[in-house]
This record gives sequence, structure tokens and C-alpha cells, in this order.
Amino acid sequence: MGASAAGKAEVAAGMAAAMPLALFVLLLLGPGGWCLAEPQRDSLREELVITPLPSGDVAATFQFRTRWDSELQREGVSHYRLFPKALGQLISKYSLRELHLSFTQGFWRTRYWGPPFLQAPSGAELWVWFQDTVTNVDKSWKELSNVLSGIFCASLNFIDSTNTVTPTASFKPLGLANDTDHYFLRYAVLPREVVCTENLTPWKKLLPCSSKAGLSVLLKADRLFHTSYHSQAVHIRPVCRNARCTSISWELRQTLSVVFDAFITGQGKKDWSLFRMFSRTLTEPCPLASESRVYVDITNYNQDNETLEVNPPPTTTYQDVILGTRKTYAIYDLLDTATINNSRNLNIQLKWKRPAENGYIHYQPAQDRLQPHLLEMLIQLPANSVTKVSIQFERALLKWTEYTPDPNHGFYVSPSVLSALVPSMVAAKPVDWEESPLFNSLFPVSDGSNYFVRLYTEPLLVNLPTPDFSMPYNVICLTCTVVAVCYGSFYNLLTRTFHIEEPRTGGLAKRLANLIRRIRGVPLL
Amino acid sequence: MAVSHCFSRAASAFTAVLLFSFGCVAASHIEDQAEQFFRSGHTNNWAVLVCTSRFWFNYRHVANTLSVYRSVKRLGIPDSHIVLMLADDMACNPRNPKPATVFSHKNMELNVYGDDVEVDYRSYEVTVENFLRVLTGRIPPSTPRSKRLLSDDRSNILIYMTGHGGNGFLKFQDSEEITNIELADAFEQMWQKRRYNELLFIIDTCQGASMYERFYSPNIMALASSQVGEDSLSHQPDPAIGVHLMDRYTFYVLEFLEEINPASQTNMNDLFQVCPKSLCVSTPGHRTDLFQRDPKNVLITDFFGSVRKVEITTETINLQQDSEIMESSYKEDQMDEELMEPLKYAEQLPVAQIIHQHFEDSFPLCSALHSF
Repeated sequence: MGASAAGKAEVAAGMAAAMPLALFVLLLLGPGGWCLAEPQRDSLREELVITPLPSGDVAATFQFRTRWDSELQREGVSHYRLFPKALGQLISKYSLRELHLSFTQGFWRTRYWGPPFLQAPSGAELWVWFQDTVTNVDKSWKELSNVLSGIFCASLNFIDSTNTVTPTASFKPLGLANDTDHYFLRYAVLPREVVCTENLTPWKKLLPCSSKAGLSVLLKADRLFHTSYHSQAVHIRPVCRNARCTSISWELRQTLSVVFDAFITGQGKKDWSLFRMFSRTLTEPCPLASESRVYVDITNYNQDNETLEVNPPPTTTYQDVILGTRKTYAIYDLLDTATINNSRNLNIQLKWKRPAENGYIHYQPAQDRLQPHLLEMLIQLPANSVTKVSIQFERALLKWTEYTPDPNHGFYVSPSVLSALVPSMVAAKPVDWEESPLFNSLFPVSDGSNYFVRLYTEPLLVNLPTPDFSMPYNVICLTCTVVAVCYGSFYNLLTRTFHIEEPRTGGLAKRLANLIRRIRGVPLL
Repeated sequence: MAVSHCFSRAASAFTAVLLFSFGCVAASHIEDQAEQFFRSGHTNNWAVLVCTSRFWFNYRHVANTLSVYRSVKRLGIPDSHIVLMLADDMACNPRNPKPATVFSHKNMELNVYGDDVEVDYRSYEVTVENFLRVLTGRIPPSTPRSKRLLSDDRSNILIYMTGHGGNGFLKFQDSEEITNIELADAFEQMWQKRRYNELLFIIDTCQGASMYERFYSPNIMALASSQVGEDSLSHQPDPAIGVHLMDRYTFYVLEFLEEINPASQTNMNDLFQVCPKSLCVSTPGHRTDLFQRDPKNVLITDFFGSVRKVEITTETINLQQDSEIMESSYKEDQMDEELMEPLKYAEQLPVAQIIHQHFEDSFPLCSALHSF
């Protein structure tokens, strides 16, 4: 009984202690809970646009946009949520109005790929608009490039007056601007700058979800750098907060564009999926994002007897005039729970379905001194068109014994052959070979709707660099002469002994001989 | 009686001896514990890893440096305490058949480049001047923090260098060299400015031992992959990549370090035994005469890891609530921003304005004429 009473007393004491603890906890949560009811001042939107390109490659463009409704110019802002602190402190310390920094590897081939959303030059490009309160723009510019070189692990510290310009007409601000005095603009490009994982790593760390959730899980360096074009950029600018545009918000856009090559990554096939491009699939949206979408360009749904099939089928589409042409996009919304349903991951697949295989290519590369190149192609030419086929080749050096006696003439490349079935204007009857004239029975004709013709191009005369065959002869002559003159003289001086010879008085015979010699003009004895 | 007295005296002597020995053992046990606690006097770790070679065929030097970087990061030193200098880019080199990777072993087993690498000095920034400035701390004020060696007198620093070297010098990027005398003077400057507690210097080049011959500052331990007159050889080429992937000495050091974890008690003597002549072909050397402690008491993690001594305390600390500060700043923002006039975006290509501006620039005398 004593024990149970003691137990009860303990329980009572415990409860008494818990009471103030509970009150304390309530007090702690109280003001915090009230604070959380305020609307958040920053928001994140992420999107990925997948565009199949006319050449069979596929382009993927990531954009992560953080908008922060705040006045960053004032000191004392210390609470950063989605907007990265490293960049927020740069804006306030150097009084930036706009910052645009890009790192690019490769070149956007507009002729094959179409117009880009946002192109950047190869290497690193940095252009900045400073606020008009800055007194020494050049000093701020130099310090800013040094700080950015530390943040992005790049050699931006090489930016100095020798590669900085102040454009006077272009590079107007992309964000809100009252007046544009170009004195506050600076622009520099470092074309030699290499982009690699060490630039991607800090770029990824600026994202609110880093590379853990949402679209940024697809950002793996070993896939992103195995591309024809890779461009990552950071853009900071002030934008309108609302439709009336009475206050400023700061917008940070991080963009990344890559073009996957059909032959390197796709092994020649034009079928693409998220897994083939990034070796990963999407599993969940970023919990901090208010919008997380994937857009797939299905404008060329029907193209040249091929239809584009997109799997899983999209629920919504978006149509608009983009860069001058009307385009249609399929939308996959990661925040919509139906998108990532029971399979727990989203792998978007693009398949081109062609009804019939109507091409053939056979290529046999040359082996030195064994066999030549052979290229055979079967092509269907569209009507009323011009088709050009061109081949690039390199000239190699031959061994000196393999040159003909007249190498300056050049070497011949055999002509190309075109064998064609040309549709006839008039249907032909089948020919009896014994009855018809000889000129009508050169090629067998299977059906009268087309006729066979074989054409040849001109042979190509290639000038190979000709070595100077006379060089060995010239060298030997010159060397031997020099050796003979120099060495010979030295040898004579060193080894010959000189002694004076007394002139001897000769007899009569000698005098007679000298007379005859003098007449002849020959040296005397 | 005498016997019992003898016995008692013997017994007391025996117990005295027993107690004395027990006390000795206890005292030495406490001494051991004390010695363990004060074994090394460092509180933080830094690493400076330098690859000095440019060009694709020197892939192995970049792989050497990155494998040490990987081990050092794995054992706990964070990126903010590592200064990594790579003179050329191999991972995204157009000749690399697998971009964004640097392999240490053929068959592409281990990618030492990884997904989370931060190179502080790269390409043309790796020069003798920048290297010496990093070591001595005499750096221009605008240098970002990640490019500085912010060590103090309680820092243990690991310095690893690799590239092409000769008797008394190390070549930087095929255009300049650093001599062993300059290096020794730089270390002496570091000692005078109290920039290190202990320093471990590892070099993997031909005739590497010549680089540590001239050191004269205290608390430096040095290892080299070959003696004067010997060449350090590379390990094995990979037929797909086409170049040699790593040097032998660093390959076996990497193999050794892969066995180490932050809690291991392996000491420096084991590191000295890595890569005997049968495996390395060259004779690795080391120098410990300037070092105060005995190498067998120096743990590998004293230099390669970042093992901190942690003291657990039961005190509680009260944090101040800052929710009031946040509220007030939000309210102020809402008040004054509504007063501004509507803003607009700039026109990207205002043709008329540009031409007008060009006209004004070309004919500045117009205003002067008008003043008459």
C-alpha cells in the first residue's frame, strides 16, 4: 500500500511537472504558428522543355525560377529561404541591378536544330548592370568577378580591362529599368573557359531542392557533359510584382540547356526517353516548388511519313506562338498526383513510328594500301527538289617511294556513280530484244512506268603536297662541299709539313726546255 | 618469533611491492590516456593538392591528384578546407571518351572525379606564383575564400604535388618551374607566420626526393615516390582512353588509403612501407628528421582526415527567438513599396534612340556653335 501510494505520488509529481512543460511548449508554438500564417514571400517554379530536333537529336532545357518579393537593396536582410544567400548578398553588396552569367560548351547549330530559346557564347560570359548609386563601377566589376570565380569554381578572375567592354547600344536591361545609362553596364567574355562538373556542382547547390527532388534529380554530370551542346546560366533581374507594376520583385533564373546527340547517346535511333537521356526518371516534385512541369514539343506530330508517339499520353496541351511559329506542347505536371501514380516514377518516352523503311546505307572504310572507301546509299528523292550529297575527306601523306614520277600533276579520285529509276512520262511497252533496235535494249526493263539510267560524275583531281625530291641530292652536295673545304683545309694545315726548296741551277737541257715552255705559255721547270 | 617477524616483514614488503607496481601500472595507464589526448596538437586539417601538368597525355597526374582529393574528402576534410589546383581539364577534354569522368584503374572501375568536385585553381591559374601565394598567405585582397589557405598555428596541412620533375625542381605547365630552395623558403615563411602546426609533404614525380632535401623548418614530414636519379613510373594504360591512368606510387597509396576510415589507428610507418621497389620500380623515400613526434605515433588521419576531438556537455543553451524581428521587417516592406510609380521594362532594341545617340556622338560641335 505504501508502494502504491508512493507510485501515485510519483505520477502526480510527474504530471505536475508536465503541466508547466506543456504550457511552455504552447507558448513556444504560439507566436511561431501565427508567423507561419503569413504568405511566403518567395516562390519557386521549375520546368523542363524537351524538344525533338529536326536532325534527330533532342534538346532539353531546364529552368528554375525563384521570385522573391523583397527589397534587397536595404542592408539587414538576413533571412533567406528559397533565394540563395550567396547571390542575395552579392546583390546588396555590389548594388547590382542585373546579373547574367553563363558557361557554355559547344555551339548551337541553328541550321540543323532550329532557333534556340536562349543562346550563349562558348566559354564564360558575364554582363552586369549596376545601380546608379555605384561610384566606382570598374572597381565593383573587378571585385564582383573575383567573388563569382570563387562561387562557381571558374577562372572569372581573369576578367579585367583587357577583355571588358561597355556596350553602348545593345544589352539593354532585361528587367525593370527607369533609365538606361550605359555607363553602368559591363560585359566580358572568356572564350577559353572550360565547363565541367566543378561548375555544375555549385550551380546545383544554389537550387532550393539541390539535386535531391523535383526536376533537378536529372542533373547528373556524366550525362549532361556527354552532349553536343551544354549551357548553364544564372540570370538575376528585377521584375514586376503584380500587374500594376508598382513594386519590385527579384527574379533568379537558373537555366541549363543540353542537346543530346542521336548517334553518340542514342546509338543512331531517334527514340528518346528520360532514362536514355539522363539515366534517371522523375519520382517526386520538389516540395518547395509551387509549379513543377515537363513540356514536350509535339508540334511535328506528323512529319514525313513518321508519327511521334509520346508515352505516357499527356492529359493537357499548351499552344502558343513561340519564336515566330505556332507550337504545341504536351504538359506533364509533377504536382498533379495522377502523373506519378502507381509506377512511382515518370519516364517520358518519345518514339518515332515510321511505316516503312525506305533507306539503305552501306559504308566500307578504306584500309591503307589495301582497299578504297565504298559508300552506297539508296535515297528516295522528293519531287521538285535539289538533293546535294557531299563527302569530306582528308589528304594523307604517302611514302616517298609511292609517288609517281610526275607528282605535281595530282592524284585522281574515281568518279561517283548514280543509278536511278526515273519515272516515265509515258508508259513503255515491254521490249522484244530480237525485234527492237539495239539502242532500246541496253537495260532490262521490268515495268514500263520508269526507266533505268546510270550516270557518272567527273573524276576528281586532288593535289597532294609534294615533297621536294631533290632535297637529298642538294643536301649531300652542300654537305660534302662544306666538309671538303673546311675539313680538307684543316687537315692539310695540320698534317702537311712545309719546307723551303732551294732553286737548283739547271743545265743546258733545262734552259732549252724552259725556253720552249715559255713559248708555249706553260709554267717553267 | 623471528621467523614470523621475517614473514610479516616479507609480507609487508611483498604487499608494498605489489601496491607499488599496481600504482605504477595505474600511473602509466593514466599517462597513456593523457598522452593519447595530447598526441597531436592540431585542431583543424587543411589540404593543398596540386597537379602541375598540362596536356592530355598527362592524364595520370590529374588522376593522381583527384584520387588523393577523393580520399581526403572521404576521411572528413570538407571542400572549404581543401585547395585543389588542376593545371588542365581532363574530364571534359574533347579527347575523353567518357566525359565528366577521370578513372584511376583500367576497366574504368573507380571514377575519382565524381559528382561533387570543386576545383579552386584551374587551367592557367596554376602557376608557381599562385601556389606560393596560397602557401604563404600573401594573396590579393579580392581573392575569394575558397581560394585561400586560411590555416593557423594549430592546423595540420597535407601538401601533395605531382607532375614532371627533375633533380631539384618541379615543372609547372611546361612553362616554368619551382625549385626545392623556393619551396623550402616558402615553408619557412609559413613557419615564421605560424601557418601550420605540422606539415606532411608528398610528391610523386621523377627524382622526387630532391624536392625535400632542402627543407629546414621544423615539424615537416616528407614522402617522395623516387630517389634522386630515379624515374617514377606510371601504372597502366587503358586502351579505350588511350593514355596511362595513374602513377604507380599514388596508385598504391590510393589502395592503401581506401582501407582507412576515420576511426582507424594506422600510423605513418605503414605509409612509408607502401609501394616497395618490387611494385614501384623506383625506391620511395621519406624524411622525418625535422618532425618532432615519432612517426609510429602519427596517425594517418592526423593529415588525411579531419578527426575532431568532441567534448560532450550537458549544459543547456537558450536561443533567442527572432520571430519579432521578422514580423517588423515584413510590415515595413509593405508600407513603403506601394508609394512608387509604375515601372516598366526597357526596350531591347530602340532603333531611333540608338541612331539619335550616334548622331549626337558624331557631331558634338553643334551645341558649341549654337552658343554663339
